[in-house]
Amino acid sequence: MTEEIIIAGFGGQGVLSMGKILGYSGLMQGQEVSWMPSYGPEMRGGTSNVTVIISDDRISSPILANYDTAIILNQQSMDKFESTVKPGGTLLYDPNGIVKHPTRKDINIYKVEATKLATEMGSAKVFNMMVLGSFLKIKPIVKMENVIKGLKKSIPSRNHSLLPLNEQAIEIGMKSVEKVS
Amino acid sequence: MEKELRLMKGNEAIAEAAIRAGADAYFGYPITPQSEVIEYLMAQQPHKRTGMVVLQAESEVSAINMIYGAAACGRMAMTSSSSPGISLKQEGISYIAGAELPCLILNVVRGGPGLGTIQPAQSDYFQSTKGGGHGDYRLVVLAPASVQEMYDSVELGFDLAFKYLNPVMVLADGIIGQMMEKVELGEQKVRRTPEEIIKQCPWATTGKPESRDHNIITSLDLVAANQEKFNIKLQAKYKEIQDKEVRYEMINCEDADYILVAYGSSARLSMKAMDILRAKGIKVGIFRLITLFPFPSKQLFELADKVKGFLAVEMSAGQMVEDLQLAVQFKKPVKHFGRFGGVIPSPEEIADALEQKIIGG
Repeated sequence: MTEEIIIAGFGGQGVLSMGKILGYSGLMQGQEVSWMPSYGPEMRGGTSNVTVIISDDRISSPILANYDTAIILNQQSMDKFESTVKPGGTLLYDPNGIVKHPTRKDINIYKVEATKLATEMGSAKVFNMMVLGSFLKIKPIVKMENVIKGLKKSIPSRNHSLLPLNEQAIEIGMKSVEKVS
Repeated sequence: MEKELRLMKGNEAIAEAAIRAGADAYFGYPITPQSEVIEYLMAQQPHKRTGMVVLQAESEVSAINMIYGAAACGRMAMTSSSSPGISLKQEGISYIAGAELPCLILNVVRGGPGLGTIQPAQSDYFQSTKGGGHGDYRLVVLAPASVQEMYDSVELGFDLAFKYLNPVMVLADGIIGQMMEKVELGEQKVRRTPEEIIKQCPWATTGKPESRDHNIITSLDLVAANQEKFNIKLQAKYKEIQDKEVRYEMINCEDADYILVAYGSSARLSMKAMDILRAKGIKVGIFRLITLFPFPSKQLFELADKVKGFLAVEMSAGQMVEDLQLAVQFKKPVKHFGRFGGVIPSPEEIADALEQKIIGG
């Protein structure tokens, strides 16, 4: 199994930390992982993306042009990454702020109203965990117990009181994801 | 004992490795894309963990001369920077090579020339392998291609530096520095005691006892004949390094018609390109350079008898390809493919380049 993922959105949405938690979950499951962030001028312009690869085998390139899954969290990223999903691949997005919805017919498109649900929950910060939950519902490549272990490793121990809230957000994300086409 | 696994950036891994290797000192100055090295070291407070000194100098020039001083005392000292900062360090590096002192220098390469860009590149190959500073000297140059190899390069680098009394450079790039991968951490080594340092480094300026003469650390000898003699000794050392310390990895070369020659992150990109080409039925292998100096010339010369052509893949306008051409000696076609100035080639582009430049050409 090899899953090649791009997660893209605004800086501050938790794009990089979502990728890190996913990466640590793979690590806890004994898999090979790579996590490659954008650190260049685009990051300084406000958008942020990270390539995460989880594999049973040695990972070749940590940087890719095409992905099995694109997780897209703003319009700029939709414009840039919709075309990079491999045919038959998966696109997951939050419709909040999206004006041009994805149109490809040769990929599986899912959406989750994570911004809305996280605000309703009273904790906009766990938005990224809802999106992660939705992804794991579509592609259960890591077991939930390993995601929880990954969370513990990624979040500083002083914030471990927030673990139940993050777990709850993952569960809501799993329940709320809808297939668009 | 259970393995200690962590997800770390290359820059963090090499910093943790320095602490665990029992290094005595790190002196540096921040610059993207390697600032996590000093950030990590400062946050870890290694003076509390092992007594290791970590200091942000006022400039790169100052940092490399602090390294010169620490190395003269037989200490395990490391510095790091990225391309423009490494250029600033060249005078000090030449002096350290001229004084035959051990140290570890990390270059997380970014696009140049000048201030260039903060994005990854491999355009410092000439500077690292051919000298960089003035005079007839060489660095041992290691090229890690994963975060684990970044970690491992510290112990290997210090071993080689102290064995040959020569500066060792770890030549990484923005990709290797910034990405996170799984790292297996080694055990914490105890730093050497002053007595152990005197025993290991009888040449070091550790305080003169009655029992021996002055130890003098210098790169100056105004008598040309002496200086020539010293240069001959240096060249003998580099020859020994060339004979004994070549490191490389061959992937799928047994049945290969074509070879992608690459190092560092270019080798990782090339591995994906190899998968793309093999899926099309084209037999491609990878020759991954782990040491850039010494260069595996003999191994590539021999491999040339078994294949149809080589493509050097590097994020530069064509630097390593010159050493490859010298090694292959016109036995088979050698071409170059590169993107540069901070642009990273896609694996698909590399695959296309092999088809067009080597198979088609």
